[in-house]
Amino acid sequence: MEFFERFAIPHPSPLIYASMVAIGLVSIAIIVGITYFKKWGYLWNEWLTTVDHKKIGIMYIISALLMLFRGGADAIMMRLQTAVPENSFLDAQHYNEVFTTHGVVMIMFMAMPFIIGLMNFIVPLQIGARDVAFPRLNAISFWLFFFGAMLFNLSFVVGGSPDAGWTNYYPLASNEFSPSVGVNYYNWALQISGIGTLMTGINFIATILKMRAPGMKLMKMPMFTWASLLTNVIIVFAFPVLTIALVMGTFDRQFGTHFFTSMNGGMDMMWANLFWVWGHPEVYILILPAFGIYSEIISTFSQRNLYGYKSMVWSMVLISLFSFTVWLHHFFTMGQNAFTNSIFSITTIAIAIPTGIKIFNWLLTMRKGKIRFTVPMLYSIAFIPLFTIGGATGVMLGMASADYQYHNTMFLVAHFHNVIIPGVVFAVLAGFTYWWPKMFGFMLNEKIGKWAFWFLSIGFCLAFFPMYITGLNGQARRMYTYSEATGFGPLNLLSFFGAGLMAIAFVLIVYNVYYSFRHSPRNVGDDPWNARSLEWATHNPVPEYNFAVAPEVKSSEALWDQKKHGHKLFNKEYEEIHMPNKSGVPFIMGVLFFIFGFSFIFAIWLGVILSAIGIFACMIYRTFEQDHGFHISVKEIKETEEKFGGADK
Amino acid sequence: MKELFPMKQVNGFIFSMLLTVIALSVYFLDMSYSVALTILLVTAFIQAGVQLVLFMHAGESEDKTSIYTTTFYALSIALFTVFGSLLAMIWGYMF
Repeated sequence: MEFFERFAIPHPSPLIYASMVAIGLVSIAIIVGITYFKKWGYLWNEWLTTVDHKKIGIMYIISALLMLFRGGADAIMMRLQTAVPENSFLDAQHYNEVFTTHGVVMIMFMAMPFIIGLMNFIVPLQIGARDVAFPRLNAISFWLFFFGAMLFNLSFVVGGSPDAGWTNYYPLASNEFSPSVGVNYYNWALQISGIGTLMTGINFIATILKMRAPGMKLMKMPMFTWASLLTNVIIVFAFPVLTIALVMGTFDRQFGTHFFTSMNGGMDMMWANLFWVWGHPEVYILILPAFGIYSEIISTFSQRNLYGYKSMVWSMVLISLFSFTVWLHHFFTMGQNAFTNSIFSITTIAIAIPTGIKIFNWLLTMRKGKIRFTVPMLYSIAFIPLFTIGGATGVMLGMASADYQYHNTMFLVAHFHNVIIPGVVFAVLAGFTYWWPKMFGFMLNEKIGKWAFWFLSIGFCLAFFPMYITGLNGQARRMYTYSEATGFGPLNLLSFFGAGLMAIAFVLIVYNVYYSFRHSPRNVGDDPWNARSLEWATHNPVPEYNFAVAPEVKSSEALWDQKKHGHKLFNKEYEEIHMPNKSGVPFIMGVLFFIFGFSFIFAIWLGVILSAIGIFACMIYRTFEQDHGFHISVKEIKETEEKFGGADK
Repeated sequence: MKELFPMKQVNGFIFSMLLTVIALSVYFLDMSYSVALTILLVTAFIQAGVQLVLFMHAGESEDKTSIYTTTFYALSIALFTVFGSLLAMIWGYMF
């Protein structure tokens, strides 16, 4: 029994027991369901072993939506706890765990995979490629992310969740102050999914640089592809810092080294430094693709070409470079002198300039456009003012001397939610709605989508704007409760109602998927939005090989050229298409990494050694594997194309 | 004969030998720690550059712009990070 004691939860509560039961029941229900409907073979053949960028993209998005609900449940719990003064719904320890997992889940396991999922699906289509450069690696990326996320979610019921904040600052995160395995979970879950993300970065840089359609020069790429390229460059340069910092943290906690201790030559603040050297570029990893999505949508629904293409590209290049020069603004109050703080203050505020250029470009794109108020466009229009408010409060926070007033208050919490929710969440929801027909061949219902949009926007404003006020009045972040005398009560209650409205919005979005799946007409054609870029030049849903013939393009708006200027996209005859084979190895490697991480967290060394051997065995197998892919014959292509009604292509 | 003779590479080889000798002098000559480390760092970076350009043929293929761009980008980010961390954690740190 002693062996199993380590898996016990250090701070159990009825809520955790209830979720244990819920997790157990849901797992059983899934297994029974799949067996009952005899879907194991389908699941394995079509999804778990796939290397198709489209299916991997969809799996990323499904996982991200699941995690959105996990992180959203955390958010509701926090808002409920702070809705009234002296509430006792959660105790301090439980509250710590909830805000930690909320942050990690939302950033690492919701926003990132949602963005990467859209990138996976759209980028190869936008550049006219058959797949990404390394399809097998892409599958490994996904499964590492997925099992990293699962590992993190397991912490809730096995061993205890991390409770040192999503920033995980030392010395709080050291063994002395966080004795449970929670922080080990943090280290390993982020490590495993981070490696996956790094591989994605390399994969997409290679794809975008090497696999563009004939005629697509760098400056003729659609804006979302540009944004993705720069994002992946940032990923490749930023993530190694996180990898190393996590390894150092793991060594400190599990092998007694002194990187981040406050004695024996260690430096606890070095963690904060390294974390933000990665963490600030991470913010731009999230926002740049969002900017790309908005550029596509605003241009499509204003029915005009994007204003200032070149300045859009250059401002993104500048943002990606600046993103590496500002990290210290996350700890202005940690003890640097005024000169150092001033340097980072100036670099921080400088980022507002290229961002401002982009805002004006979007506004000028809409100017004199014939705007269609569809759901994706509503999200994009709401994004502009809301994000600008978030950006303006960011400039306030960027002033080092003033930051002493705002630091670690709810003002900061309001600020970063104000940039992340209209910036990233609105963007992925807009992109999700916009590209939905591309993925599944039918449209999401506009009416339900608009209801969801209004609930989300109004809920957002109600939930977060009050925090600016309570923050300036001195409400500290991460405090699990407050006294009635502070007067924070009414505004926090308002926040809770806002959070409730946002929850309704997310339920509506899921209901919309269900409703549209049942009722939407299926034959929406190849170009339901009257769009402009290349991804809409193939069929809906996209055939396995993307384009029957490689397209030839002249500008960033290839489809628009074809529709309006008589440009011919497809000039060649059908040829045999060479496609990559599916493989179960990536999934198996994901499982092995999961076992590796889990064993490491609990210091079960036998499990660590065996799973490490397994991982290396998979790599050796891959090295000697003969895999030449398969070919789709001309006859088969013709049949598929005729089935889609596009035999002229 | 002249166009066949790899003049650039031979010069580069001599130059890199020279750099090695300078670096080696740190061991044989008596100098202060900071001077020695400066010499080592400077010669090491020049050496790396010579190797990259002359012997790893960084500038000879079609994708030379992307090679130089990524190298420049990587270098600048590495320098930002290292010197920024030094600034934040040592030089500009008050306690």
